[in-house]
Amino acid sequence: MASTDTKPDDLAGLEAGLDALDAVQVRRTPVREVLLRKVLPPALAVALVITVWQLLVEAQVTDDYKLPSPAAVWNSASDMWLQGTLLEVVWTSISRGLLGFLMAVAIGTPLGLLVARVKFVRAAIGPILSGLQSLPSVAWVAPAVIWLGLNDKMMYAVILLGAVPSVANGLVSGVDQVPPLFLRAGRTLGASGLRGTWHIVLPAALPGYLAGLKQGWAFSWRSLMAAEIIASSPDLGLGLGQLLENGRNNADMPGIFLAIILILFVGIAIDLLVFSPLERWVLRSRGLLVKN
Amino acid sequence: MATTLTKAEDRTAVGHAARIAHVSKSFGGPEGQQLVLDDITLDVAPGEFVTLLGASGCGKSTLLNLVAGLDRPTAGSIETPGGRPALMFQEHALFPWLTAGKNIELALRLRGVPKSERRTEAERLLELVRLGGAYGKRVHELSGGMRQRVAMARALAQDSQLLLMDEPFAALDAITRDVLHDELTRIWRETNVSVLFVTHNVREAVRLAERVVLLSSRPGRIAREWTVDIEQPRRIEDNAVAELSVEITEQLRGEIRRHGQH
Repeated sequence: MASTDTKPDDLAGLEAGLDALDAVQVRRTPVREVLLRKVLPPALAVALVITVWQLLVEAQVTDDYKLPSPAAVWNSASDMWLQGTLLEVVWTSISRGLLGFLMAVAIGTPLGLLVARVKFVRAAIGPILSGLQSLPSVAWVAPAVIWLGLNDKMMYAVILLGAVPSVANGLVSGVDQVPPLFLRAGRTLGASGLRGTWHIVLPAALPGYLAGLKQGWAFSWRSLMAAEIIASSPDLGLGLGQLLENGRNNADMPGIFLAIILILFVGIAIDLLVFSPLERWVLRSRGLLVKN
Repeated sequence: MATTLTKAEDRTAVGHAARIAHVSKSFGGPEGQQLVLDDITLDVAPGEFVTLLGASGCGKSTLLNLVAGLDRPTAGSIETPGGRPALMFQEHALFPWLTAGKNIELALRLRGVPKSERRTEAERLLELVRLGGAYGKRVHELSGGMRQRVAMARALAQDSQLLLMDEPFAALDAITRDVLHDELTRIWRETNVSVLFVTHNVREAVRLAERVVLLSSRPGRIAREWTVDIEQPRRIEDNAVAELSVEITEQLRGEIRRHGQH
């Protein structure tokens, strides 16, 4: 032997030692800590808002038809619940919103991929697509009513015009942020063209795409509410937007408050129950969620 | 040493794992063409371990990209009869959305290995780099050295006869790098793969290679080559490794000095 080299067994042991020393420890947060850090603060904030609200009502800062008490809003909610209309109204809007959002995803995803991967398409419609994001979708309600009439089609048209650009842009920025190293590594493994898109580009772009979906949902919901408030007709079925508009027509302030709270609640609930867990799961599995 | 002889005898089969013939590469810029590689001719024999050594700007990574087929030479030809070469980078380049095992299985899948065989093969390759328990581990759960070993397993999953390595250990700490040198030597001897290894670290080049090829800079040309007749396994601290390293370093410094003279 020319040298005092490491015997194979020594090498294996040495390596096992190094691996043990260097390996990254991944710790999961216990449920109690999650409750304490993530659930308690927002619950306190909501309680504080309701308390201030109640105090303002008791101090009679304004007429009670302008500022209803929390109890009045609660009564209005329980009345609707007893009539069996509360869930129906919420569901009418949620089902419209989700269906519209899913259509927006189905259209926005291939569109985004096309813009991201084909230079000519990007040059042609890229700027328009990002510009459309800053156009409030309320603007589309008037032409949509004239073109399509007062029906569900018009609602979906407004949702699509609001949400498709978000979904497509999210995917475009996701694709743009794919590290070139992954593309090179993919090509040496034999993933180019469509196989490269499927195995490398799309999974690598997932975090950006999810951010786009999240924004797309917010835009879907907002667009829908705008459409429901402006375009009310007995044929349309009662959604949250119409509930708000009916409250205005009947000077029913508790009803208006209830509608606003429900709109806010649905928007937050979908985000918290669907998008946030999805996003966190994707980021955590890639080691991109850093805890301090 | 017996193993060293066997290795040399394997090479009696005529042929080459890579034949680089009169390859030049220039990149177009606003100030005209810049010649990066100038008339490079180099054969890598089946099962041979060659290191390409050079200072910054010698185009060693460019040459590796050309051999990998990621770019085309301006002139000359490159043959790799064993199919598309595998390539390892300085960064591990593992896909963070897949586990260690699935990274390897993706390479197998793209190579056309049927689904039923992928898991077994991926686990065999992980065993080969001594990471038997890492199949389900996410990339961020692995240390730097472990990531490079998974990257090595993924490269080997391509079942290519030629493994290209672009400074794969440059970002590792010295202890880990040392261990990975031993590991690479062991795997190279077990698998009989040909290796073309790029580095700017002279001792690393001598520690690993059967042949060290020194490139000059701007443009990259083959300045000189050495056959390393030191028995494997070597240590980076071995006297023989150190002596040859000193000689090569002198030559390398000479090449670098020429650039300061005008």
